[in-house]
Amino acid sequence: MHSREYEPVICFETHVELKTKSKLFCNCAVTHKARPNTQICPVCTGQPGALPVLNKKAVEYAVRAGLALNCAINTRSRFARKNYFYPDLPKGYQISQYELPFCEDGYLEITGDDGRPYTVGIKRIHLEEDAGKLVHSASSFEESEYSLVDYNRSSVPLLEIVTDHERNPLRSVREAKAYLEKLRQVLKYIDISDCVIERGQFRCDVNVSVRPKGSSHFGNRAEIKNMASFKFITDALQYEIQRQVELIESGKEVPQETRLFDETKKITLPMRTKEDAPDYRYFPDPDLVEVELEPGFIESIEKTMPELPDQRVRRVIDAYGISKSDALILTKDRNVINFFETCASTCSNPKKLCNWIIKDLFKLLNDASLTIESSPVAAEDFSRLVNLISRGEITEHMARAILEEMFVTGEGPEAVIERKGLKPIKDAERLEEILGEVVSDNPDIVSQIKAGDTKPLNYLMGQVMKRTGGRADPRTVRKLLAEKIKS
Amino acid sequence: MELCDQSVSQLAQMLRKGEVSARQITESVLKRIDEKEQLIHAYITVTRERALEQADLADRRFARGKRVPLLNGIPIAVKDNLCTKGIPTTCGSRILENYIPPYDATAVKRVLNSGAVLIGKTNMDEFAMGSSTETSAFGPTRNPIDPRRVPGGSSGGSAAAVQAGETVLAIGSDTGGSIRQPAAYCGVVGIKPTYGRVSRYGLVSYASSLDQVGAIGRSVEDCALLLNAICGHDRLDSTSADIRKPDFRRFLKKDIKGIRIGLPKEYFIEGLDQGIKNQVYQAVALLEHNGARTVEISLPHTRYAVSAYYLIATAEASSNLARYDGVKYGLRSDQEHADTVYMYEMTRSKGFGLEVKRRIMLGSYVLSAGYYDAYYLKAQKVRALIKEDFDRAFESVDCIITPVSPCPPFELGEKVQEPLQMYLVDIYTVSLNLSGLPGMSVGCGTVDGLPVGLQIIGRPFDEETVLRVGHAYEEISRNAQPGI
Ligand SMILES: [Zn+2]
Repeated sequence: MHSREYEPVICFETHVELKTKSKLFCNCAVTHKARPNTQICPVCTGQPGALPVLNKKAVEYAVRAGLALNCAINTRSRFARKNYFYPDLPKGYQISQYELPFCEDGYLEITGDDGRPYTVGIKRIHLEEDAGKLVHSASSFEESEYSLVDYNRSSVPLLEIVTDHERNPLRSVREAKAYLEKLRQVLKYIDISDCVIERGQFRCDVNVSVRPKGSSHFGNRAEIKNMASFKFITDALQYEIQRQVELIESGKEVPQETRLFDETKKITLPMRTKEDAPDYRYFPDPDLVEVELEPGFIESIEKTMPELPDQRVRRVIDAYGISKSDALILTKDRNVINFFETCASTCSNPKKLCNWIIKDLFKLLNDASLTIESSPVAAEDFSRLVNLISRGEITEHMARAILEEMFVTGEGPEAVIERKGLKPIKDAERLEEILGEVVSDNPDIVSQIKAGDTKPLNYLMGQVMKRTGGRADPRTVRKLLAEKIKS
Repeated sequence: MELCDQSVSQLAQMLRKGEVSARQITESVLKRIDEKEQLIHAYITVTRERALEQADLADRRFARGKRVPLLNGIPIAVKDNLCTKGIPTTCGSRILENYIPPYDATAVKRVLNSGAVLIGKTNMDEFAMGSSTETSAFGPTRNPIDPRRVPGGSSGGSAAAVQAGETVLAIGSDTGGSIRQPAAYCGVVGIKPTYGRVSRYGLVSYASSLDQVGAIGRSVEDCALLLNAICGHDRLDSTSADIRKPDFRRFLKKDIKGIRIGLPKEYFIEGLDQGIKNQVYQAVALLEHNGARTVEISLPHTRYAVSAYYLIATAEASSNLARYDGVKYGLRSDQEHADTVYMYEMTRSKGFGLEVKRRIMLGSYVLSAGYYDAYYLKAQKVRALIKEDFDRAFESVDCIITPVSPCPPFELGEKVQEPLQMYLVDIYTVSLNLSGLPGMSVGCGTVDGLPVGLQIIGRPFDEETVLRVGHAYEEISRNAQPGI
């Protein structure tokens, strides 16, 4: 037990790979599929004399992110060189931004620990270029006999999003996780990045310090690098907060330093102290002119901004009458809510539609490890399936079987019904016949029901459904069965 | 007069009349190289076979008889800091000794497209850092007018080659005077256009905000013709100006009556060689005699120019030269390396010469945390003030005339041990790079047999006036009686 209560102050520097067609400063393609060093040119390999030319699309994406995160957009912006030596950095400097980034002073609303909305301060958003990738002959740089450099990734555009440590910082591991998830969701909504963590398209460094709860003073912070998933980030934060609290409790000082996360041991280890921190000698890049953003340019981006998650939750609740919790589930992934809304445009029962997506379609997708974009069931087909259920033309039970078949073959519901002979049994005589069989095969149960115990009726229902292959309407069966037993 | 000593317009005429072939011109140049190169050492690489092939190609273009560009078949030399695809580009440095670029610089591409015949890559101060071509890792170039003396620098190889007839035209680069000063020392003409006029794409950066590609020739007209070929907006260089590209030859012959020439009083002070001063004043008197008006002007921040220049240039250089790390191309130290940092250190220690190391260290210091404001930012403020000086001056004058260098060409080795003395040679030239203005050096006689250069400075993107005044001066001085 600690004698005092502590709270952490957590800041993220998140690097997001933008999904532009070409790199930030040259025409080479941005792709993860190409063979090493096939997407390169004099500019992104740092040949003598080669010069950078800014990709306007990347600027547009940066502004889009700035608007989505409620930032002020700087109409005058500037690139700077961050000077350091590393074999994956072809020019010996990274073109980044220092003074005058594209966006500053924004916020992102998350649900805080107290359950109320909390606006996390965003300090700045800037554009920079990625470095190349080192391929080691052994598992680490140090142990390798040799290392090779792949420059395909060199100069791919990155957006760096930095949270504020003074203005509404993140105050717990849970809030940190909520922030990352919300940020990723928003960036995917505005369609500027695929944010695939495994592909390095969404990378985080985190700064954390602790202080007595309620204090306005900041403790020394540790910067943690090298975390490859949200899980590792929360693991690292948990460990690091605990470590710092223990240091303070034992009367020691927390050193300001950079630490590395060890994935296997789930601990953080010192990497370099503040004294060893490199001097990057930032200065404005003289090869690039200052970027002046016309008011018309920002306006046109504002006008074409895709709907953000929070707006969309409110709208789909209003438009389709679904519950807030369902709306939150559907909007979590933009592709899901897009699927829903495509279906809804031709579907008579949005609530049923919602249920069928959340329960049945999600299950099938999950089992097949597929995302909704790659769903074998087309939205129009799915919508018609739900309509068939709503109109009572097929039973829910049948619908489940039909959906499974649609999922395998990619057919429409009608085609499956036709092919499998799943047309509902509307023929009263045929149904009568099956009912008769069931009743005469189960005399004990029938007498039990006659004696007033209605529970076993379900068993008989099941028998009928089984013998009809689920093709009978349950309400009709129940009605007819009750009549038959009475008579 | 041999073919290699002729003017561009003369050669172009002879080629069109079929009096000579491009091959003959190129052979004449190559013969001159055979005779003089041993002594002068203007080139790092002579592309003999390639030059003859290109000359034959140029001849076939004439044979086909279609409209042929003016430079078709004209020999040209290119400073060894402009990338040439498939041809070594060393920047006069060991670190790039074996570097063969995979692409052509825009300026190179443009002259080649206009049919010029590339003779080779000219010697230079290492990474263009120097004013004498003595810091080249491949040995100095000598001044063809007096081989005991330096040709100036850093485009010393280009200027010497033009003077010696080892080429007809040459492309150079100018960061603080590197075209104008060697042109003056070798008695040829050199122009640094306005910053942004010629694309820097493929020019190996020394100081990006100051570097500019320009022309060296034996007359103002020759330079104007070369400018016509290399100027113009380039999407590959963000600092390239998207601005109308005139025909620089068109108004050369327009007279200079009424033109207002500014003489900055801060440029004719102590430290300026008396002989040079007299030559420049005489030149101005000749121009006045032919209708120009002179006005004394003041450029009060001139005395801070050299300091500001060396802070900005070295700061940018320290970053620009970081890419020479032994990882991708060029030299890599062949020692056993415990780690990459050691590999960088050994490679850069071996690969860079003394002056380059000095400037990288200076520049790194200038940009360091805690010093940035005092040096780099302060220098940028001075730079703005110097530019304002010129803006104000150009409200009342059309061009400005100054000496190019405070001293005549000095002897090899004379200033090598005195870097500060060497830096002061740039005192009249660096202000133009700081303010981006166009400037040209035109020969204005000799002092003790050594050539003197006259610097003509124009408004931004007004190379036309610079060329016009320069051309007028050439004409007037040719016809003038000695003593006027
Ligand atoms: Zn590229």
